[in-house]
This record gives sequence, structure tokens and C-alpha cells, in this order.
Amino acid sequence: MKFGFSEEQDELRRQIHRFLEEKSPESEVRRLMATDEGFDRSVWSTMAEQLGLQAMTIPERYGGAGFGYVESLIVFEETGAALLCGPYFATVALATNALLSSSDEVARARWLPAIAAGESIATLAISEDSGRWDLSELATVATKSGQDWTITGHKNFVLDGTIADLILVVAVTDDGPGLFAVEGAATGLTRTRLATLDQTRKQARLAFEAVPATLIGAIEETEDVIKRTLQLACVALVAEQVGGAQRVLDASVEYAKNRVQFGRPIGSFQAIKHKCADMLLEVESAKSAAYYAAWTAQEDDAELALIASLAKAYCSDAFSHCASENIQIHGGIGFTWEHPAHLYFKRAKSSELLLGDPFYHREIVATQLGI
Amino acid sequence: MTYLDELREWLEDSWDPELTLRTWWAKLADDGWSQPHWPNEWGGRGLSLSDATVVARTIREFGAVAGPPSIATRLAGPTLLIHGTDDQKARHLRGIADGTDAYCQLFSEPNAGSDLAGLQCKAEPDGDDWVVNGQKVWTSHGQIASRGLLLARTNLDVPKHAGISYFILRMDQPGVEFRPLREMTGRSFFNEVFLTNARVSSADLVGGVDNGWTVANTTLGVERAISGGAELSSTVVAGEVTGNLDRAVGTFVSGVTSSAPAKESSSKRLMRVVRRNGRSDEPLIRDGLAALYSLERLIALNTQRDRDFQSSGREFPGQPNLAKIAENQAVRLARDLTFTILGVAATVHRYEEDDVSEGSVFDQPDTDGLIETSLFSFAPQIMGGTDQIQRNILGERILGLPREPSTDKGVSFRELTKNS
Repeated sequence: MKFGFSEEQDELRRQIHRFLEEKSPESEVRRLMATDEGFDRSVWSTMAEQLGLQAMTIPERYGGAGFGYVESLIVFEETGAALLCGPYFATVALATNALLSSSDEVARARWLPAIAAGESIATLAISEDSGRWDLSELATVATKSGQDWTITGHKNFVLDGTIADLILVVAVTDDGPGLFAVEGAATGLTRTRLATLDQTRKQARLAFEAVPATLIGAIEETEDVIKRTLQLACVALVAEQVGGAQRVLDASVEYAKNRVQFGRPIGSFQAIKHKCADMLLEVESAKSAAYYAAWTAQEDDAELALIASLAKAYCSDAFSHCASENIQIHGGIGFTWEHPAHLYFKRAKSSELLLGDPFYHREIVATQLGI
Repeated sequence: MTYLDELREWLEDSWDPELTLRTWWAKLADDGWSQPHWPNEWGGRGLSLSDATVVARTIREFGAVAGPPSIATRLAGPTLLIHGTDDQKARHLRGIADGTDAYCQLFSEPNAGSDLAGLQCKAEPDGDDWVVNGQKVWTSHGQIASRGLLLARTNLDVPKHAGISYFILRMDQPGVEFRPLREMTGRSFFNEVFLTNARVSSADLVGGVDNGWTVANTTLGVERAISGGAELSSTVVAGEVTGNLDRAVGTFVSGVTSSAPAKESSSKRLMRVVRRNGRSDEPLIRDGLAALYSLERLIALNTQRDRDFQSSGREFPGQPNLAKIAENQAVRLARDLTFTILGVAATVHRYEEDDVSEGSVFDQPDTDGLIETSLFSFAPQIMGGTDQIQRNILGERILGLPREPSTDKGVSFRELTKNS
């Protein structure tokens, strides 16, 4: 296999980078993170209309661009570095992957075109109050009445849950967990905005009281669909983490070169220098992990379950560690709200905990290895 | 016809397991298959380093024995090719290529480890020779070497880097004395070497008087660049001392027909032990093994990414230094996991074959080997440039962070050592 990017992929990266420099500078991140909705609708539309970002991995027959997971990685690496505020991860990494992983052609044809066009914000609701990412102890139930389903229960930690037009929900039926589609404005659905540690990523708690829902795919395939969806979502998340980790490494090095104490730049002291060298190792290893995970997803390689979890565990630890060291290297100023270092730490820590923490994922690695 | 076709034809014609190793290696050297990446005029075929790896692998897959390994071919050869005079190349390169000479490295001293340029071993001129006095340490293969790559101080009145010369020292002389150095593993892989009025000809001074630091950097550079000497060669120890040269070459065939047998990874080895110990269900052990496997996998992916990037014109700056640090992390993690997994059984360990101990510990054939590996684990992060030096290199050369102010720059060596 090859680690490498084509000229077109490099150009895509330059485009996204320029776009985010303009539309998601720190000032915009701070402005949007202070709002309830956490995104700029005109930027969201521009992302769809000018760059086709929401459509990237959607097949052309649903109005998508038909790109693969390597192109997707490039986008997420850049959005992660820029701390882009908005429902991009929820819509593309979670909901779109769930629809694409299911065998339900009708569901895909019904919902993907609007997502591709940037007209529909979507998300996926799995976790409940216990915060688990597997399907073993779900309490939210889906009840069938004739041909129709209704959902009763609750979901927590739902990314962009208050603004989503489409919410994909995992609920328990008599035959096991099923995947359902619920309209954001559905009757019986109460959406409560949660105050988040990482204010750049909004979350909601959802309460369902006999909310009308549409079953997606066969109930028996739901476990596999969700497993695969989470693997692909991890592939996207690790790309964000790599982008963020590189950004804080750059910030640390820049500061270490310029901050003078005791008559010389603090980067000339080995304690600081060695922290930066260790961060470099983590960033580069995380990159290899993320790039390889994207390749594995793109080739639909049998190792996807192993590699997705290996990467999620490693990249989470790497980003969290680098973001922490970045604060340390900045000293007092790194501790202030005014300085961006804390924004990256909070994004790192939240990303570490979302979709399963490193221990959870290393356990998956252990199982995959047959230990 | 490609070089591989030529090689296979040559192997068909030339291979005979009844030949002595001496004769076989001479044949390889005669026809340029011992060091195929060397220039044609010096006994090679001008191939690339990666092609040379393919040659060695092809020879092994054929069921024959590849060229001689280790310090001579990996370090001495490339150093001489770059810095040696034609006379030195003519006198030394053949012995390297045909395995009749074995080399050791005489660089480090008790007072010159990370600060190698601070070395104190002296070489003083005496007619056409130099007389060498001093002490070297951490010399591996000292016992079998016929020649040593020696760094000695030839000028005390210039700053330390500027007063060093590089010699090819003949080891078989009265002024060269070895003392095995016992390591914490209980083994003596390394030696101290005492040089007392040892003599070396000025014809064996490489790269010019007082220019040894530049030559040494070449040696240290190729040491880092070529990872895993076994890839390029056989694993048979060269030189006269071992007596290998007069044995039939067929006795050295490894019996492995694919490329150099990949060493079993630490994680794989530990997984077997865990299963045998019935501790596969313990969460911390599972987590540790998954973390170790992940690290091993990432090290391989980084290497592959470096290769792929380079071949497509991209850069992965600092990868060799990053790789060393990462590998040492894996080694430490494996060590810690080993002791956790073995538990109190690890408090029983034989340093000598005949240490008698009762108990079921010795029903587990892996235990002693694992513990010795764990004890050796302190070495990789110290040798070949400590992890701290690697981080300095990464910080300064790759990230561009400023160097620390130095107190010995521009000061003559005589001044430096006046008060010490």
C-alpha cells in the first residue's frame, strides 16, 4: 500500500485550509462557541454549495461527490485543526456513515440528497445516560403499531442534537436493537441543550415520548451497522485529532522559540525541548495511524475493526497529551481563557471520551488480537 | 537480463555447500555479490542499498549464504569508501568483503560517552607510526576483531572536535588488551579495551590528521541509516578467530527460505505467556498488551510511511531519530509488562546455566529469556545516541529550537582538561 496523496488531494487540502483560515479563524470559533446553536448557517451553506463538503463521501447517485475516506480524512484533519464549530462531524461522520452502512436503499435515497446539499443537518443518537457506546444496555424502546413505530425513552450526549433536522436513533425492539429515523421537529421529542466542556461541539439530551419513527434496514443488521458506523466515525475523529495535535505542536514550538526567560528562548532548555520532541513523535505516529485507518476504510480491509480502535485509542491519547503539554509549555498564559490552548485541550479530551475511551478501544484491540 | 537473473544464474553455477565458508565468501567477493552496493572498482556492482537487500534475500531464498555481516561491512566499508585513500581501499576493502577481517569500534571511553568529542585516548607520532595510549569501552565483538576503527586525539591545542584522528588499528598486537565488561544481564557482550603503546601506521590514518571527527560522523551516520544489518547479509560471524571460515558453508544455511526470519514481536511472545499463565482475562494486562501491539504496529507504519513519502518526493523529517525513541518506548513497555505478567515467578532467575533452582518456573522455557531481554532493555535507550540526545537532535535540527549555550566551544582541549 502507499502512504501518499495525489496532486488533487493536495489541492483539496489547500482549498479547505484556505477556506477555514477565512471562515473559521479563532475569532469565529470564540463567537460561535458562545452561541446556543454553535454554528454559522451561511458558512454551513457555503461549505455545501462551494466546496461540496457535506457531499464528500455520499455516492453520486444520491447527489454526492463520491469521494472516498482518504479525501474525507483530509477534510477532517483540517476541520480538527481549525476547531470548526458546526454539525459537520455529526452529519458526515455519524449520520451519513450510518445510512451508508445500512442496506436500506429507500432510506438512503430519501435522506442522503438533502444531506449532500447541505439542507439537512443530521446526527446519530446511541448513548443514554450511562454513556455507553455499545448496544447492550439500552433502555430506549421502539414499539410497533401496525406499520408505524414510535420511540419512548431518552438519549444523551447527542452531538448537535438541538439543531439536527434528522436524528438517527438506536432503540430496542422485541427482536433486538433497531436503527430508526426521527424528524428533528417530531411531536413528543424534547431536545435539551447541554452545556459542554468543549463549547466548540454542542450536545443535547433527547427525551422521546411516543415519537414517530421510521425503521432503517432490517433489525437483525443493526448491531453490525452500528459497529461499522462507529468504526468509520472513529476514522473521521482520529483525523480531527491529528489536525488538532499538529496545531498545538506548532503552537508549542513557536512559543518555545520566542518566549525568552533567563536571557534565552525557553526552547533552548532541554526540559522544554524534550517535551516538544516527544510531542513530535506522538503527532507523527498519530498521523500514520490516522492515514492508515483511512486507507483501511477506503479498501474495506478486514482489519478495519482492529485499526479503527487502535487509531482511536492512540490518537486520543496523543492529542490529549499534546494539548496538555501545550498548556504547560505556555506557562501561565496557557492557563488563561483568552489563550486558545484550553480550547484544544477541551476538544482533545472530549474527543478522547466520545465514541469510547482509549481503554474501551484497547479492549477491542485485545479481542481482535485473540488475547 | 536484470541483475537478479544474473544472480540466480551465478548461484546455480557457483553454490556448493561443501565449499569452505572462506572459499564461498571469496567467490561472492570476486563477483561483486558480497557488497553489491559498493562501486564496481572496489568489488561491488554499483547497486542501490535497497537492491543490495534484495540480493541478500535472494541468496538466502536460494538456500545459500549471503555476504559477511556487521561492523566491518556496515560501518568500516562505507567509511573507507567515502574517506579512504585508494591505498587504504586496496588494502582493507577486500578483507571486509570476503569476511577474512572482522572489525570492532573503538570510539567510546569511560569519560567520553554522549560527549564523544571529549575523548582522551592519545596518538603520538613516532616515525612512520603513531603510538596509542588510552582506554576504550563498550566495544562489542572485541574478542573476534582483527581490526578496530579507532578515534584518538592527535592535537591538544585546538578545540576538542578539531584534534581527533581516525585510524584502522590492527588488534593483534601486544599493546591491545581486552577485558570483558559484565553487564546487568550477567553477560559480557561488551569489552573494555586497554591500549598501551599500541602502534598504528600512518598509512592507516583515514581522512587526514586531525580530521577524524568528520570521518567519525560518517561512521555514526551509516550506523543509523542501515537498520538491521541482517537484512543486508548473513548472520555468520566473520574473521579468523571463530574458526568459521574453515567450516563447510552448508553448515551455515539458515534453513529459512523466505526473507530474513522476522523476529517474533514482544507483544506476540507475551501473549503466548499470558495464555499459558491463565491471565488473559485481566484488564490491565489486556490493555498493556494492546498498547504494546499498537506501538509496534505504529513503528512499522511510520517506517512504511517514511519509505512511501520518500519515494513520492515528500518528507518525513526526523524519522530515524523518532524511530529510535519509539522502539525504545516499546522495549520499556514490554519490560514492564513482562514483569507484571510473570509476577513473582520473575523473582527467580538464572544468570548462569548451572544455577540450580527447584520449582515449576523452569517448566516455562520462556521465563529466563524474557527476563534477560527485560534486563537488556536498559541498553537501547542509552547506546547509539541516548534517547535524550535523540530528543536534542529532534528539537534542534527538526523543530528548529535553539541550542543550549555551550561552555566548551572554541576552547582548546588542553585548556578544558587543565582543572579536571
